Amino acid sequence: MNLTLRVWRQAGPSEPGRFETYEATDVSEDSSFLEMLDLVNDGLIRRGEEPIEFMHDCREGICGTCGMMIDGQAHGPQARTTTCQLHMRSFSDGDEIVIEPWRAAGFPVLKDLVVDRSAFDRIVESGGYISVETGSAQDANLTPIPKDDADRAMDAAACIGCGACVAACPNGAAQLFTSAKLAHLNLLPQGQPERSRRTLAMVGVMEETFGSCTNYGECEAACPKGISIDFIAMMNRDHRRALMTERRGA
Amino acid sequence: MTVLDARIPSGPIERKWSDHRFDMRLVSPANKRKFSIIVVGTGLGGASAAATLGELGYRVKAFTFHDSARRAHSIAAQGGINAAKNYHGDGDSVYRLFYDTVKGGDFRSREANVYRLAEVSNNIIDQCVAQGVPFAREYGGLLDNRSFGGAQVSRTFYAKGQTGQQLLLGAYQALSRQVKERTVELHTNMEMLDLVVVDGRAVGIVTRDLRTGEIASHAADAVVLATGGYSNAFYLSTNAMACNTSAIWRAHRRGAMFANPCYTQIHPTAIPASDEFQSKLTLMSESLRNDGRIWVPTDADEARSAADIPEDARDYFLERRYPAFGNLSPRDISSRAAKERVDAGFGVGPLKNGVYLDFSEAIGRLGRDAIAAKYGNLFDMYQRITGEDPYLAPMRIYPAPHYTMGGLWVDYELQTTIPGLFAIGEANFSDHGANRLGASALMQGLADGYFVLPATIGNYLAPMLGRPKVDTTASEFAQVEADVRARVDRFLGSRGTRSVDWFHRELGRIVWDHCGMSRTKEGLEKALSEIPALRAEFESDVRVPGSGDTINSSLEKAGRVEDFFELAELMCRDALVREESCGGHFREEHQTADGEALRDDVNFAHVTAWEWSGDSAAPVEHREQLEYENVEMATRSYK
Repeated sequence: MNLTLRVWRQAGPSEPGRFETYEATDVSEDSSFLEMLDLVNDGLIRRGEEPIEFMHDCREGICGTCGMMIDGQAHGPQARTTTCQLHMRSFSDGDEIVIEPWRAAGFPVLKDLVVDRSAFDRIVESGGYISVETGSAQDANLTPIPKDDADRAMDAAACIGCGACVAACPNGAAQLFTSAKLAHLNLLPQGQPERSRRTLAMVGVMEETFGSCTNYGECEAACPKGISIDFIAMMNRDHRRALMTERRGA
Repeated sequence: MTVLDARIPSGPIERKWSDHRFDMRLVSPANKRKFSIIVVGTGLGGASAAATLGELGYRVKAFTFHDSARRAHSIAAQGGINAAKNYHGDGDSVYRLFYDTVKGGDFRSREANVYRLAEVSNNIIDQCVAQGVPFAREYGGLLDNRSFGGAQVSRTFYAKGQTGQQLLLGAYQALSRQVKERTVELHTNMEMLDLVVVDGRAVGIVTRDLRTGEIASHAADAVVLATGGYSNAFYLSTNAMACNTSAIWRAHRRGAMFANPCYTQIHPTAIPASDEFQSKLTLMSESLRNDGRIWVPTDADEARSAADIPEDARDYFLERRYPAFGNLSPRDISSRAAKERVDAGFGVGPLKNGVYLDFSEAIGRLGRDAIAAKYGNLFDMYQRITGEDPYLAPMRIYPAPHYTMGGLWVDYELQTTIPGLFAIGEANFSDHGANRLGASALMQGLADGYFVLPATIGNYLAPMLGRPKVDTTASEFAQVEADVRARVDRFLGSRGTRSVDWFHRELGRIVWDHCGMSRTKEGLEKALSEIPALRAEFESDVRVPGSGDTINSSLEKAGRVEDFFELAELMCRDALVREESCGGHFREEHQTADGEALRDDVNFAHVTAWEWSGDSAAPVEHREQLEYENVEMATRSYK
């Protein structure tokens, strides 16, 4: 198939950006979206032009590196699918496709389709862990965990940290990411001792960098792993409770 | 040729590690902060090592070329992690895990290391659960297990089909905690481009900032490489696009010996390639073989769709050839069996390049919901990639390069032949012999990172207390930085006509054709003449556009591919001198009448470790003799 691409090109973080038009020709419908971009880049390099820089690595939908706005949708038109898992059979011959980087104040553009998502790491560093030193753990089966709780924690822990939730949110909010990390740990018995402290710290850092949640629900729709916004409700409840506990303690 | 000494502690195998831990010198808590350690790579090995070293009080500098420590390719491991917990009372034990791993490695691994690995496997599960890794559980609330290839017990712990992701997130969280505690200084988007050695000791690295292009030196008292394997030498593999050999290859060029480069693992169950521009192969977890049955039609000209082919026209070739282990035969054996059927013309799919992995019997027995609960995410992934529904028609699979058992030679303490340079996880060579069993890579990465290296590195550092430190003002750092800059400038000055990727793909084709699932003297010699010819073309005809002071993926790839050229030659050379078949290394000249690998224990029960001797000289071969004091070397049988 043959396609026309309108791609955001930006030389650096403080350079102005613009759309450039490229033709992608003889694209196989079995190739992935990123393989289609590889093909375009190969042509650019042969002509001595700079290829389109984009984020990618595992190409099997788990590392969370890839991500771009495709026709205005985070990760493109196929639900629950990362950009690397999107295949060209989702498009038709002759389509024009608009490709942009994540658009969010919390994710500054570095070059072309590459953005800086380090704010996610800062949220985790503020408390997204269970404090247990290596070697100090008891036998794993001493703490039975109801299967439903473990499964729910796993549903939250499936977040790949790609940032689609933030990119899809009209407010550029990071509630879905933060609440998924919190729910993963706060749902487990091991996570209880630090539950309040963790929630306050992570929400605090989140609010310093990202926008506010006004319940659009775009994040859940865009999430390639189907993370539920129920976790945001849980985070809000935990946050209230933590504020009360803190006040009581003070 | 010299004989390498792995410095394996004496005494009975079950006491070696505990006795050695007592014998090793310690660095007191107050003195640990006087030592700095560089850890390169933040996958399972690197993140767990950096976190643990930070907890112990060392000053750690961790480096990753990813934008976040959570993105290393350990994250893609699907199926599970082995441990000898025997929670299911099916007769498992540390000794059985040790035995299975030695046998699975086709008697080419180091007994003492493998025993230690089995011994600490249980601590890993405890540690991970304490960190909040959401392993699968039974309704009673206890941990669930499943089976993997090469084992007749259920010892594999798992978190859906995302075990690597969950274990890596556990290690990443532990690392993040140390970043907050300021015991670990984390450098993201930083690629190690060379190692710095002063007076024979590893003292630091030179890095390039992938966003700004800045080239910088970093000094430390010891350097740990946790940079993974080199399956991308084949270009098409299940590895992530950025996985590369450069860190360990550059260390090799600075004096670290490279062991068993020809031991590469071709995983039996990946989705077959669909066209020429394919950039990677996607794994379908080995865990699928718990319920999936592998078959091809008995008639090479079979035209019916899979569902219409009756039982008597199907060849369940693994069950036929290896009745005891059947569809859960080890990876090397399963891969070769698939290749044998496809080469004989019985392949399925439009390109006749795959075999069926069929769940219809399991779906009939357990119901669609039970299968979806176990493997749903894998089935979805298969459907997204191929456009076919595996609930209705069998998957098509074919072997793909997946893991490399070879790597930097290390002694019992995981130290390379350069004092002060350690290698852990897939970057070293020691635990899997000639074939790794499923669910053992995660086990080894975390064993090395959480439990082994943090103990052994103290034995190296303790005597250095009070000695003068080397810092980045040493002339060696300036020299290595100049080498790195010259190399970057050489790539940026290229004015050829082809992309780096084009050369990588061509190189991969040569390596796959001649140093892949089966190898011959003739083919390897052909590869050894084709690789340098392609390399010469690369030097004259590659094109690296753009500049060095910004994100430049072509420039990043140019250095990695150039290193793959050199490594590929060493892989072929190693495969050529190993005149036997063992594990993943299959030399067609050495096989039994029924096509099984034929080992030569008299002449090849050793590790081959190669020493770099300059750009124009051939590498020098060294050996470590493998002594089997506990397990009797036998012909592996899964029949």
